[in-house]
Amino acid sequence: MRRNVLFWLSLVLMMAALYLVFVYVPTEKEMGIVQRIFYLMVPVGWLSLLSFLIIFIASIFYLTKREIKWDNLGYSAAEVGIVFTTLTLVVGSIWAKPVWGVWWTWEPRLTSTLVLWLIYLAYFIVRAFATEESRGATFAAVVGIIGFIDIPIVALATTLWRGMHPAPIIFKGGLAPPMLFTLLVSLTAFTVFYFLLLRQRVSLREAEVEIKRLKKLGD
Amino acid sequence: MRFWSKVLTITWKDTLSEMRTKEILSSVLVFALLVIVTFNFAFVASQEAIRLVAPGILWVTFAFAGVLSLSRAFLPEKEQGCLEGLLSCPISREVIYVGKMLSSLLFMLIIEAIALPIFAFLFNLSVLSPQLITITFLTTVGFASVGTLFSALAVNTRAREMVLPILFLPIVVPLIISAVKASGLVLSGESWGGLSSWLRIIGAFDIIFLVASYLVFAFVIEE
Repeated sequence: MRRNVLFWLSLVLMMAALYLVFVYVPTEKEMGIVQRIFYLMVPVGWLSLLSFLIIFIASIFYLTKREIKWDNLGYSAAEVGIVFTTLTLVVGSIWAKPVWGVWWTWEPRLTSTLVLWLIYLAYFIVRAFATEESRGATFAAVVGIIGFIDIPIVALATTLWRGMHPAPIIFKGGLAPPMLFTLLVSLTAFTVFYFLLLRQRVSLREAEVEIKRLKKLGD
Repeated sequence: MRFWSKVLTITWKDTLSEMRTKEILSSVLVFALLVIVTFNFAFVASQEAIRLVAPGILWVTFAFAGVLSLSRAFLPEKEQGCLEGLLSCPISREVIYVGKMLSSLLFMLIIEAIALPIFAFLFNLSVLSPQLITITFLTTVGFASVGTLFSALAVNTRAREMVLPILFLPIVVPLIISAVKASGLVLSGESWGGLSSWLRIIGAFDIIFLVASYLVFAFVIEE
């Protein structure tokens, strides 16, 4: 029932966001049509961070409470999160090409996202290389905690490192009201969609764990 | 026994076994030297260009040498079953973390103290300033803080040598950035004032990860 609500809500919001991005919002003066990528880039970037926050909280609860449901949540958030982080990198590259003239630039936000992506990979790799599953879950939780604490320091260091780089126009001044409205709708749409995906992944993961348990019981 | 005397007992045990085998110091030193020499071939360049790439060479060398020596921190314990002995001692897991961290830190500092003059000699740079020594010391503390945690984690996985760098390198990105930038400033004659923002990042990293690793270490090591 609740999943249905999430599904329809995200469908309606997504349609609204598409309409706003492609029809309603005025084209930005200096960057032109490519600026519309912005309404996709900000939501996916936000979700890659939100995902790691969920991993962080789930990891703390898993280590202290030792309940499998927290590991299921952390694992699912990591899987959905790495998809959004990859999307952020792809969309960021597509944005960088017309705006800065290159596909990749070591701009602070892009660089931090790349490091975040590598930490996500580490989260999966320790799990894959662990000798037992429960141990892998513990190790992954440790990486989830340490990795999350690292993100603000990475952001700080990369920003200071590229201090001379001109900040993108959007982040300097305020946004025009229609742009802000479009951005907010787009953010909401993607966030609802994210929770729909996360819910699906968690219930799938729970089924996987249950099947594994039954298989072990059968042996 | 109080906390620190237990910690120092573990550090002393590691130091003693290292003095007898010289496993880490000898192999990692040779490795560090090889990295420096290899980089020299990669950047055949004028003295000015060397000045630009030198901080990068130095910190790549120290980071790789750090990974190598950290990967040995728990390996002999695991292989010879000493880890079980250590875990069954009437001491808290945190004591093991701090003791191990200090011994890893000590070995890395010794390696760096030998490698830094060699580096200065080979690249014809005068790097032995109090600023650079401070940067090196603080960054190495950061390396040892997360490195010891990840080393204990990696030793309990199937592909030990591969897991450590995959975990370690992305986490220490802020340290590498700050150390390279700060060392570059030192080489171009900057005084303490210009370094302060970088030193603050390194210091914050050290404190945050010493505390965080101290808190989660017990989960990594438990049998």
